[in-house]
Amino acid sequence: MAVHSFQEHFDSLIDRDITIEPKDWMPDDYRKTLIRQISQHAHSEIVGMLPEGNWITRAPSLRRKAVLLAKVQDEAGHGLYLYSAAETLGITRDEMYNQLHSGKAKYSSIFNYPTLTWADMGAIGWLVDGAAIMNQVPLCRTSYGPYARAMVRVCKEESFHQRQGFEIMLTLAKGTEIQKKMAQDAFNRWWWPSIMMFGPPDAESPNTEQSVRWKIKRFTNDELRQKFVDVTVEQTKVLGLEMPDKDIKWNEARGHYDYGQINWEEFWNVVKGNGPCNKQRLDARRNAWDEGKWVRDAAMAHAEKRKARTAAVKAA
Amino acid sequence: MNLAYTLRLADDALIIGHRLSEWCGHGPILEQDIALTNTSLDHLGRARSLYQYAAEQFNAMGTEEKKNYFSSVAIQNMVSAGETLDEDDVAYLRDGWDFKNLLLLEQPNSDWAYTVARSFYYDTFNFFFFSELQNSSDTTLAAVAAKSLKEITYHLRWSSEWVVRLGDGTEESHKRMQQAINDLWMYTGEMFVMNDADKDAVQKGRGVNLDELKPKWMERVQSILDEARLTLPAATWMQSGGKDGKHTDNLGYILAEMQFMQRTYPGMKW
Amino acid sequence: MTNDKLNIIKNEWPLWEVFIRSKAGLDHKHAGSLHAPDAQMAIENARDVYTRRMEGVSIWVVESKHIQASDPGQSESMYDPASDKIYRHPTFYDLPDEVKYM
Repeated sequence: MAVHSFQEHFDSLIDRDITIEPKDWMPDDYRKTLIRQISQHAHSEIVGMLPEGNWITRAPSLRRKAVLLAKVQDEAGHGLYLYSAAETLGITRDEMYNQLHSGKAKYSSIFNYPTLTWADMGAIGWLVDGAAIMNQVPLCRTSYGPYARAMVRVCKEESFHQRQGFEIMLTLAKGTEIQKKMAQDAFNRWWWPSIMMFGPPDAESPNTEQSVRWKIKRFTNDELRQKFVDVTVEQTKVLGLEMPDKDIKWNEARGHYDYGQINWEEFWNVVKGNGPCNKQRLDARRNAWDEGKWVRDAAMAHAEKRKARTAAVKAA
Repeated sequence: MNLAYTLRLADDALIIGHRLSEWCGHGPILEQDIALTNTSLDHLGRARSLYQYAAEQFNAMGTEEKKNYFSSVAIQNMVSAGETLDEDDVAYLRDGWDFKNLLLLEQPNSDWAYTVARSFYYDTFNFFFFSELQNSSDTTLAAVAAKSLKEITYHLRWSSEWVVRLGDGTEESHKRMQQAINDLWMYTGEMFVMNDADKDAVQKGRGVNLDELKPKWMERVQSILDEARLTLPAATWMQSGGKDGKHTDNLGYILAEMQFMQRTYPGMKW
Repeated sequence: MTNDKLNIIKNEWPLWEVFIRSKAGLDHKHAGSLHAPDAQMAIENARDVYTRRMEGVSIWVVESKHIQASDPGQSESMYDPASDKIYRHPTFYDLPDEVKYM
């Protein structure tokens, strides 16, 4: 078979919505784009454990503590599913970690913001997980099989995350004055970073067009962002909180809410490492990894010793 | 009336659950981060069942008896106002001296070896303890014991395997594991001290005779340490006090963190 | 393959494939993968990672390197021959409506 026929075969699978599997031929750029996107997604889950993990020991009730702990644990699980999906493309988890720890790989910038009050647990669940779900649900139909299957599992588990976040916000919003203040303050701080989560505007998003064509992405950044704004405005009414963006206004002609100017300068700065917690987050990940090395090595050494002993017994 | 006994078991569960939860997001490898969090959630779940039962027993007491049962001002105010306690009040509003958990469980995580050693000593104890507690004449405690035993059986497997893995792994891991086993040894004696709450519970057929547990615990610990090529620490002074509310510095910091929301914003629902 | 650096990583725990029986009577189904130093921990990790929501009653693990897979390039010769053997499928046969439960 000539090379061009591999390409044609691949294109026809994509066109017919047939998933690509690990051993199928795929263009190099498709593989590279997937590795970048999936590992970035996995890193986001792992780094994303930190801002919320910050409140596990301080959760205000035993029920909230258990829920939060289970939720942060789920994020570890999601990271694991995604790393596994990326591993089917010929990269190891250790390599991906190296890319994260060296600063070469990116993760979602939202996790470079601090969690200042308990209400942040509500705002993260409601807004950050809400935005993530909006990004992730279409990915359950993404063209690469292992990624799509990992996302199905992630989405199934993710649904409780947003609900518990909204429940926290609702409890606070209907609570005492100070609780309401907490909720509004968290909303104000998390709103803009949340809508930045969908990435740069389509006009400035170099990878979007190709990714949409390959059905790695199913919607553009701006499409998803608009959808998120529309549903969040409605949910805010239920909470009885104020939208942090004064320019939010229903646009009859578009059938969508218009929203204010996003501060992209801040976005790019946080991406580049100038956010309030970039260093802290990476340090935490590096420390966990470096300090865990002797543990991982010991487990390997023990497994090898055991194998050798079993072999020796069999030989005797 | 089994309140003191119930509370102590609840405190043990909460404090070890708290310590293990500190690992979440910081474990040596993703798979074990997840595994340890499952264990933490088991302990936390047991703590909740026991605190709910403790609150129930407390609420059933006469007003006079309630007034001075806990010295915490926050709880005394609730009692004076005629309010009842729930699991969160019991966990978040008691002062340090009213916590009766084992000193072992409040010791810091330090590293994976200390965390494993602490869990190993406690899981081994728990396994034999809850096996017996299933026979308690207190049906609530017996039911909690039956459910917990399944979880604890798994905890014990996890911690025993890690003791063996680290003890018989690399030179470094062997050294670290032996150090942790040695350093925490002085806190193991307290598990078998029969204080008034223990004696009372045993006499009424509700509790577990700790004297009978000790040889079983020792045998099991010895056999795992042998497998791990580790040495059982020499007999030494055993530090106790947790069961009587006399703690190490660690508990104060744990409570300051854990109770801060409830103490700062009293009477609110979260 | 884009990957030319596999050799620089030493001592990574091997990769395992996890298969889970979701309830008695069903087949084990591929659930995902994970890393573990040995089979024993692979099973325990699988329990902790893939059955947190009561997804399983039985677990199989196999080290990923031991999985032998068919070549998708040969899929025409592997699977297409089965496509004209519809007589293997029960719906190929017309039975009178009176015959039930067959």
